[in-house]
Amino acid sequence: MLILGFESSCDETGIALYDTEQGLLAHALHSQVTMHAEYGGVVPELASRDHIRRALPLTENVLQLANKTLQDIDGIAYTQGPGLSGALLVGISIAQSLAFALNIPTVAVHHLEGHLLAPLLEANPPKFPFVALLVSGGHTQLMRVTGIGDYELLGDTLDDAAGEAFDKTAKLLGLGYPGGPAVAQLARSGAPRFKLPRPLINSGDLNFSFSGLKTAVLTLVNNNAQNNKQNNSEKQLDPQTKADIAYEFQEAVTDILTLKCMTALRDTGLESLIVSGGVGANSRLRERLNAATEKRMCTVHYPRLEFCTDNGAMIAFAGAMRFKEIRSKEMQAKEICHPTPENYSFSVKARWDLAELQKP
Amino acid sequence: MQSQCGECGKIRFKFLYLTFMHILALDTSTEYLSLALKLGETILRYDELAGQSHSQKILPQIRALLDEANIELTDLDGIAFGAGPGSFTGVRIACGVSQGLAFGANLPVVGVNTLLVLAEFSLKESAASKVIACLDARMGEIYHAAFEKCDGVWQETSASGLFKPYDAPLVTGDDWVGAGSGWLTYGEQLGAIYESQLKASLPSALPTASSILTIATPLFEAGLGQVAHEATPIYIRNKVALKTAERALLVKTNGQPRK
Repeated sequence: MLILGFESSCDETGIALYDTEQGLLAHALHSQVTMHAEYGGVVPELASRDHIRRALPLTENVLQLANKTLQDIDGIAYTQGPGLSGALLVGISIAQSLAFALNIPTVAVHHLEGHLLAPLLEANPPKFPFVALLVSGGHTQLMRVTGIGDYELLGDTLDDAAGEAFDKTAKLLGLGYPGGPAVAQLARSGAPRFKLPRPLINSGDLNFSFSGLKTAVLTLVNNNAQNNKQNNSEKQLDPQTKADIAYEFQEAVTDILTLKCMTALRDTGLESLIVSGGVGANSRLRERLNAATEKRMCTVHYPRLEFCTDNGAMIAFAGAMRFKEIRSKEMQAKEICHPTPENYSFSVKARWDLAELQKP
Repeated sequence: MQSQCGECGKIRFKFLYLTFMHILALDTSTEYLSLALKLGETILRYDELAGQSHSQKILPQIRALLDEANIELTDLDGIAFGAGPGSFTGVRIACGVSQGLAFGANLPVVGVNTLLVLAEFSLKESAASKVIACLDARMGEIYHAAFEKCDGVWQETSASGLFKPYDAPLVTGDDWVGAGSGWLTYGEQLGAIYESQLKASLPSALPTASSILTIATPLFEAGLGQVAHEATPIYIRNKVALKTAERALLVKTNGQPRK
């Protein structure tokens, strides 16, 4: 089955073709990061305007890369939510009307399910069940993944997401956007000197809290700022202090994430961990998790770096998995394997809890 | 079906082709979902006050129209849509659906300015050939344009733009008809500008799909349809957010003067 995937939930237009036999055939992405940077954040209306310009040219691009035609496609997957409703609506209206024109079925994908399953796009994917850490600017969740659409929340953040803490720390240190990679880069030249708290590390459960860490960074910044020679009213950090704070901050976050992941593996008795989301690209986190899982005789799996952030490949993949399950159920029930009759009515789910997700 | 023009077969073929052109038109730029399907001389219509439910209804209703006509999407010769101005989300639904359908069925697309559609609607409704089209743009503004039909062709005598109602551009001559939701919301202010130049007003005029068909059909006939990915909304309001530098400037000029 050849599945075309559409992702347009925020500031990236991602299109991909996934084949259930041959794997990922092609993917294309357009990021709007530079456009929104001038505005100091994502402007939803501008995001929508860009998606509608990019979606079809990217689709044509992907078909060409994979050497396929529209007629080869068996189904279309699209992100239905959560995300910016105007941006989502662009991808959905194109996906649904294209499926209508081609007379093929569609499947709605939860954006986070896309992220969650992204590591399975790599070689030697883990088998179900496994523990998943979903860690990004919007989420810090530990889940038990039993199958497609079968997710049990083990732990969640009580306040800020880990990626949000990275962004806020970057801001406190006067670093540019995006904050996560900037902090990680600076931490390379830092050394152990400060001590930040590890909130909830001994809580005994699998929940997280990062807002206190952010406050502790603020205190550290204020206590170590020197008076600026030119301007007495502004305080500044010397470059080494900045690097040392970045270092300790990253150590604190990776300590917490690593320990909670290991606790989750122990509590569930599972042997595989997958890590996805933007913070999953952090090399220090990967280093720590690699060492810790090796010690426990477990395996850890990550998506390739480009699939840690939003992309169409994960949506095409998650959609393909759902189509596959639906198809095998149809086979078992010995029903006709026609595309499920649908009327192509569409809508957005801007807010959509992953726990509400149904099995296919 | 014998040659009526007596000229070469090629021209006769074209004549037949024009007569039987099949076109789908759609508009979701207002609270209405408006669809029209042209089958040669026959036009099937669907108009509904859809509120916020355009996305749920548009494709099922297109299917119903195609079924009623007993044709498939691939039997069409083109897709026309109301490109705006109008609700940003609404015009993107129409544009996105047109893109997807046209891409999938390999059809040409024509996007039509909804202000021009209002002029065409007014011509049909009340034989108006001089129309000041105004759509309520929210935030105390209107989308505005003036059109005159000369020798069977609409001329835009006042370019489409975004204005405060009291700043609406002037027009010359008399017998103008005011059309569109802008006249419903700002009838008094607009009336004060155009006064005796106005013959009538049609505040309930809508950019309907059947009026889109009238405008788009000759464009398809002339081979002016675009490929799917070229279908673009007309927003007119392009300033939708302030850049960081602009916000800083605003704080400086509006805030307390600093020493």
